[in-house]
Amino acid sequence: MSAVVHEKYILEPRDAGFCLQLTGDWRFSDGIPDIEPLLQRLSAEPTQQQLNFDGNQLGKWDSGLMTFLVQLIEYCQQQQIEVKTAGLPPGVQKLLTLAFAVPERKGARRQILGQPILTKIGNVTIEMHRSWYDLLHFIGEIILSTLKMFRGKARFRRSDLLYQIEGAGPSALPIITLIGILIGLILAFVGAVQLRLFGAQIFVADLVGLGMAREMGAMMTAIIMAGRTGAAYAAQLGTMQVNEEIDALKTMGISPVEFLVLPRLIALCITMPLLCIYADFMGIIGGAIVCSTMLDISFFQYFQQIQNAVPLKHFIIGIVKSGIFGVLVATSGCFRGMQCGRSASAVGYAATSAVVTSIVLIVVADAIITIISQILGV
Amino acid sequence: MTEYHHLEIHNLTMAYGDIVIQENLNFTVKQGEIFVIMGGSGCGKSTLLRHLVGLMQPAEGDIFINGVNLWQASQMERNEIISHSGVLYQGGALWSSMTLAENIAVPLMEYTQLTEKQITDVISYKLSLVGLAGFEDYYPSEISGGMQKRAGLARAMALDPDILFFDEPSAGLDPISSRLLDDLILELRDSLGATVVIVSHELASIFAVGDQAIFLDSDSKTIIATGAPKELLESSDDPRVRRFLTRAAHGSMETEVRTYV
Ligand SMILES: Nc1ncnc2c1ncn2[C@@H]1O[C@H](COP(=O)(O)OP(=O)(O)OP(=O)(O)O)[C@@H](O)[C@H]1O
Ligand SMILES: [Mg+2]
Repeated sequence: MSAVVHEKYILEPRDAGFCLQLTGDWRFSDGIPDIEPLLQRLSAEPTQQQLNFDGNQLGKWDSGLMTFLVQLIEYCQQQQIEVKTAGLPPGVQKLLTLAFAVPERKGARRQILGQPILTKIGNVTIEMHRSWYDLLHFIGEIILSTLKMFRGKARFRRSDLLYQIEGAGPSALPIITLIGILIGLILAFVGAVQLRLFGAQIFVADLVGLGMAREMGAMMTAIIMAGRTGAAYAAQLGTMQVNEEIDALKTMGISPVEFLVLPRLIALCITMPLLCIYADFMGIIGGAIVCSTMLDISFFQYFQQIQNAVPLKHFIIGIVKSGIFGVLVATSGCFRGMQCGRSASAVGYAATSAVVTSIVLIVVADAIITIISQILGV
Repeated sequence: MTEYHHLEIHNLTMAYGDIVIQENLNFTVKQGEIFVIMGGSGCGKSTLLRHLVGLMQPAEGDIFINGVNLWQASQMERNEIISHSGVLYQGGALWSSMTLAENIAVPLMEYTQLTEKQITDVISYKLSLVGLAGFEDYYPSEISGGMQKRAGLARAMALDPDILFFDEPSAGLDPISSRLLDDLILELRDSLGATVVIVSHELASIFAVGDQAIFLDSDSKTIIATGAPKELLESSDDPRVRRFLTRAAHGSMETEVRTYV
């Protein structure tokens, strides 16, 4: 029967069982010794049914020692070795009592299991199915609330609506101005280089006017607003979800869709078409700058040309589109926010997926509208 | 033992912008003392704690930790000092996207050279101290409010800091857990020599653990009583303090009510 000797402890058989003698400092900064040799020695001698301690040589200690002892005692409990802590300093004994005061709750510990690939595919499929179902449910609720609003019965605060309109409208003007003018400049520039080859510079006006009115104005506004406002909606509602604020609304019998989603939806439906008109105008000004500086076309000529070449219906199509995009951006932002989990990273995920969903929906909707207007010949 | 007090507060004035919360606070906390901050709800206890841990800069006055003036030290020194303290926030403040084990592992990985296995062991020891053995792999959103509080406590104690700040540690706990928590606080002090600063409303635990206490008042905006909680109960002649310490069993509650009506 040999003893296990380590720089910090000696385990030796004594009397009816083992005695563990602790020496030196036992702090985190001194490192925790490996417990394995001890456990092996204990298990090699199943006849020894008792473990005593000798802490007379023990120096400074902190949770480093406690961690070691807790491991050891847990092991002994499994092996049904009786542990006598009397030889330890009183502080250690009391902390041990506290550590074992509340036994581990049965079934609390989790097994982390790897899942087979088929299970994963199955789970993802079920998840996708549920997500579609949730989306439909959400859209249904929005429609019902909207109907309620038209009957004047929807409950939300007017100040909320005004606040949302301000956030999604006037505050977005600077970025829309910048992007609008730049898009106009780029369209005109690309057109100018090509059309100049044929001496058809004046058609740059047609290109910019038509491009902005039908497509780019609405599209760019929608994408900017998806990144700017859609993400904000997801983050706001997501954080409210985390703080149980949405639960508080529900338990008061107030529909979160009415109270939170509706004002945001209406705000974007109102501001998006207005922003789109503004963006159209900015784009056309951008084009004018290129025309007057690079192509020697005067402002007057340029606007004259646009007036002739771009009838009002193109502007109207763009504006209608932007209204639809507004609904899409607000819906996906709010939907992702309401779906949000209860952690900080879930809020981040909600914001990201709100932007991705919005942009995908915008592009798909744009394609569908283009095809429809082609068929209708407008 | 050091020749200066662990924590010294001189003429501290706390304010949010122009709104002064408390002014002219003076007190000291000795090494190894359990120091209780009392006062009615909203009088500025959590704000005081935020000042003591260096999250807020005093509007006026100085805070000394181990003799170092917190706000005259460089940013580096301040971080160094603050990293030696453990803080339990009123709301738990667990990192919601990490499991309990990961929450506790963060300071251990940052400040110690322990191996992964050892960190796991330390985590399970710390969790068992607060009665949460086996809950390593739960996310904060999956456990109850009182459990979150206890997990926050385990995180605050992760590194055996020499000074601990607890904001209402026993709020939301049942009487038994609350009692075990008091024992734990006493033991942290007795065996590890930690200084503990507690904000608490729980009279039983104030009397059980508190060595010294201050009482903040929101009307006079300063400390209206200092001393050991038991002595305050026996000998304080301030009716506000007495009412607080006796749960309004004594003092002029009735006349008070009449004046408000
Ligand atoms: N970020 C802030 N900005 C402005 N005022 C604040 C801010 N946080 C707190 N206050 C004010 O400071 C005062 C003190 O708040 P504090 O959170 O410190 O109270 P407390 O004593 O901890 O109360 P409780 O016991 O309810 O936790 C309150 O009146 C509160 O209105
Ligand atoms: Mg507080």
